[in-house]
Amino acid sequence: MRNIFILVRKEFLQIFRNRQLLPFMTVLPVIQVILLTFAANYEIKNLRLGIWDLDQSTSAQQLIHKFTGAKFFQEKALISNQKKADELLMKDEVDLVLVIPKDFEKAIHSSNNPAIQFQINALNNAKAGIVQNYASAITQDFLNEKRGNSTLLASPKIIPITNYWYNPTLNYKTIMLPGIVAEVMTLIIILICALNVVREREIGTIEQLNVTPLKKHEFILGKLIPFWVIGHFIFWAGIALGKIFFNIPMVGSLGLLELFLAIFLFVPLGIGLFISTAVETQQQALFTSFFFIILFILMCGLFTPVETMPDWAQYINQLNPLKYFVEVNRLILLKGSGLKEIYPFIAKMIIYGIGINLLAIWRFKKTN
Amino acid sequence: MEKYAIQIESLTKRYDEVLALDQVSLHVEEGELFGLIGPDGAGKTTLIKILVTIIGADDGKASILEMDTRQAKKSIREIVGYMPGRFSLYPDLSVEENLSFFARAFDTTITENYSLIESIYDQLKPFKDRKAGALSGGMKQKLALCCALIHRPKILLLDEPTTGVDAVSRKEFWQMLREIKSQGITILVSTPYMDEANLCDRIAFLQGGKILSIDSPKNITDQFPWQLFAIKSQQKYALIEWLRAWEKVSYCYAFGEYLHVAFEDNTIQAKALNNYLGTGSISASEITVISPTIEDTFIYLMEHGTRC
Repeated sequence: MRNIFILVRKEFLQIFRNRQLLPFMTVLPVIQVILLTFAANYEIKNLRLGIWDLDQSTSAQQLIHKFTGAKFFQEKALISNQKKADELLMKDEVDLVLVIPKDFEKAIHSSNNPAIQFQINALNNAKAGIVQNYASAITQDFLNEKRGNSTLLASPKIIPITNYWYNPTLNYKTIMLPGIVAEVMTLIIILICALNVVREREIGTIEQLNVTPLKKHEFILGKLIPFWVIGHFIFWAGIALGKIFFNIPMVGSLGLLELFLAIFLFVPLGIGLFISTAVETQQQALFTSFFFIILFILMCGLFTPVETMPDWAQYINQLNPLKYFVEVNRLILLKGSGLKEIYPFIAKMIIYGIGINLLAIWRFKKTN
Repeated sequence: MEKYAIQIESLTKRYDEVLALDQVSLHVEEGELFGLIGPDGAGKTTLIKILVTIIGADDGKASILEMDTRQAKKSIREIVGYMPGRFSLYPDLSVEENLSFFARAFDTTITENYSLIESIYDQLKPFKDRKAGALSGGMKQKLALCCALIHRPKILLLDEPTTGVDAVSRKEFWQMLREIKSQGITILVSTPYMDEANLCDRIAFLQGGKILSIDSPKNITDQFPWQLFAIKSQQKYALIEWLRAWEKVSYCYAFGEYLHVAFEDNTIQAKALNNYLGTGSISASEITVISPTIEDTFIYLMEHGTRC
């Protein structure tokens, strides 16, 4: 215990002395969180709308108003034939062509399913998806207003968007911020841990420590504990920032989130430690860490949904610690889930944490 | 049997294809200043690393104060001080922080063993708040020595402490080693510099993982069997060529501006030598009889094998 304290003390002394590393660990995450939250936004305004109205009825006019009345769509062109629609889409002059067929109004008032067509410019598929979502939502809204209770009778060809449930105002910042905080923190912890341990080997201090009575597990704990504390600092600073600047919801228990964080942190720490045992130099450690970090970030569910990945990818993704953290973050902060729902995640993190750390310690003892 | 500070018996260590240590046996007595002399790649570092329990030997036995390096790692680490060949302290911590960190690691304090390092640390004191990485080479080495001594080890192992250090600092460093020895600490020091061998009580010549000879510097140089001449001439290269062509020459190597020459036939004197040079139209400005240096002996032993 005394020995671990000596090592932790030394580590903090070095961390606070390091003029490059300290800002890297404190200021940069803050900037990243703010920038990414503003930048990674799925809200698109002023989408260009082409209108091809074959019905020319009151209902058609109302629907068009519904589209252009919201800030999302802007009328760009009136179209009278398919050739023109194709041309505008090909030239990337409109994002959506709204086709209202003849007898649209009649269909609304009868029991028939009213049909409208969206011709979406899918040059950017992410954007196309959003266009479809918006257009569907607006149409759905329109039909609800028109038919009132009678919606139940018809089955409109519209897909409900579940995302809106815990985020009714469609504020993407509240979804992105906790995820980005988790992502930035995990990235920094893996990197710091891997680089720091390799550095001790590179400058030879590990050799000097090896001839002292300090034991290897004490050395490892002397590394993990300071970074565990730093991980907490980064995470809660990011969340506080989210609360202050973006007023992100905090529906669930922060104590539960802290419990998860405290356990979770041993996973990136173990991954960093493991990387450090597999490489020789800090440069190698950096590139190896990046390989994993980029995979973790892109597959964590923040930028593409995990559920749409192929089975094999989802299978591999079970090893992605960020996936769990992003999910738990949303569950607790947005949805207010309790221990009962979070418990399986905690159990997985305990198993993962113990597994990766045992592996890392075993390799560490072998290589040093 | 007498208790040795360090005892090594037929120690063997192999790195893949390379035999780093080949059946090395030696002992170091308590209170001795023992030198491990040999060129780069002779196995000096490997031997020291085995002694400080950082690496394990493939075969043979090494013990420190009768504690086996395989079994009693923990007890050995408490009584040895080790200074690696490369500067291995924290460059971002200050002189004082480094020293106090290593003192704590050994569960002691700077003040407790201050008397041992006082004379060395006094020279570092003006820089005690400077980061270790910003020290000069000589100062770094002094700090490393302090850190290796801070727990008052019984045995001090130094791996090439004077490599890359200027001549004045090297001299100072050996002066420090003498002082440490006078406090009753056994010292094993490795060096590629032959001239430092004279400063040791006993030395071992190491070459290609094998020991060529172990003895006091005096006895080692006595192993050189021939009378040795030092010759100085303006035509240095012609001189070497001409002498090496003489079948009676058994030893001929350049040492700075002098050429060291010896003959199988000890009856050849300076006069005969001068005559021979004359036939090659080489004029020597100086021919003197000298006593062989450690380096002469080392080269001789390397060429002719051990005779002990």
